[in-house]
Amino acid sequence: MRNLWIFISRYNAFFLFIIFFTIGVFLTVKNNAYQRSATLNSTNEIVGTAYERLNVFKRYMNLGMVNDSLAAENAKLKTQLLRVTTVDSAKNVTVIDTVTNQQYTYLPAKVVKNSVTLRNNVMTVNKGTVDGIETGMAVISPQKGVVGFIRDVSAHLATIQSLLHKDTKISVVIKKNNALGSLVWGDNNFDIRKAFIKEVPNHIKMNVGDTVVTSGLAKFPAGILVGKLSKTNVATNDNFLSAELNLFNDFSTLQYVYIVKDKLAKEQQTLENPVKPNE
Amino acid sequence: MNSRIIIINIIRWFLLLFVQIFLLKNMGFYDLSTPFIYVLFLLLLPFGMPNILLYLLAFGTGLTMDAFYDTMGVHATACVVLAFVRISFISISLNKDAIDDPEPSLSYMGFQWFSLYAFLCVLTHHLVLFFLETFRLTEIGYTLMRCGLSCIFTLLIILLVEFIFYKRTSR
Repeated sequence: MRNLWIFISRYNAFFLFIIFFTIGVFLTVKNNAYQRSATLNSTNEIVGTAYERLNVFKRYMNLGMVNDSLAAENAKLKTQLLRVTTVDSAKNVTVIDTVTNQQYTYLPAKVVKNSVTLRNNVMTVNKGTVDGIETGMAVISPQKGVVGFIRDVSAHLATIQSLLHKDTKISVVIKKNNALGSLVWGDNNFDIRKAFIKEVPNHIKMNVGDTVVTSGLAKFPAGILVGKLSKTNVATNDNFLSAELNLFNDFSTLQYVYIVKDKLAKEQQTLENPVKPNE
Repeated sequence: MNSRIIIINIIRWFLLLFVQIFLLKNMGFYDLSTPFIYVLFLLLLPFGMPNILLYLLAFGTGLTMDAFYDTMGVHATACVVLAFVRISFISISLNKDAIDDPEPSLSYMGFQWFSLYAFLCVLTHHLVLFFLETFRLTEIGYTLMRCGLSCIFTLLIILLVEFIFYKRTSR
């Protein structure tokens, strides 16, 4: 102990220097905003990197949940976009009526079962009556293209009669000249990337590469991309033109779909098919 | 004799800090060269001082400067480093028992010794000062340039002051 005291007193200059230097640096860091932020920043950087590395696994596990939330957000944004694009300019614009202006809302759903190899393909999604799904609602793909219609609904699930089904007909137009037609699949064609547009009037001129979109006459909102014409003037035995088109939508890799809720669907139905009391 | 040294040092402290704060604080060449003449007080403290007193004086002087420069602790730390260099340099270069001069000034110690002494002390002081001030290594080139130029400026003024108050008779 005595030797220690002798040692310290002999080199007191150094020890005093250490003490005072520490006090000085401490004061500097504690009382100056910039120096404090700099030290804290570098600390945070180290800690942050460590956490980042540790959290890689956790993030991977959460990917599914993140996907769900992103799909929901996309649906919300697309709904908002619809509200912007479907404003009817012929109406009295001074009254902002969001209830009727926005005819469609999108609801995201996850595909839990899918089939593309059968003649009549049906897929199942994880939304049902609880979410307000009803038979006959239109279903579209998040990226591009149409999917089909809701067929049967249970409490939490619904089946979709996809475009790849012999009974599915979707009203479409050729974007260039608004020529109406109906989109069908099948008829000696079982390629899931191709479909036919039929019942196009004879005087319409179709070119390869024309874009086909939904007409908006049926349950789908207008202007949803369907595909591009790949072969025109396909021979048929009726008085209308037919064409083959490449679908934008890849049915085999569908994971999420948007179910389109049409606010005016019921109104339209009752108007067009009035219930006859005598029947 | 002893009280005279104390009074001289107190007057020197006030004078140097006055000049530093009210004159040299407003000086600077392109934000690169700023003289810190107040370190002359620490350089000229008498030889026989206990280390603890030297450190306390250095720390106190630095804190006073910090109060005026709004840089809490920066000058204090730099002054403490300067005190350490001063003690080390004196103990290495001079025989402690054979010192008969009262203070390490130019008039007692000669130009060669004093200029080296002042250079080392001022250089370490400025290094610590500027690096604590910028507190990052990314601007190291700019910091070193500021440090070097300020060091030259400070040394010039210190030597100037020492030559003005040169006592020919004492040596």
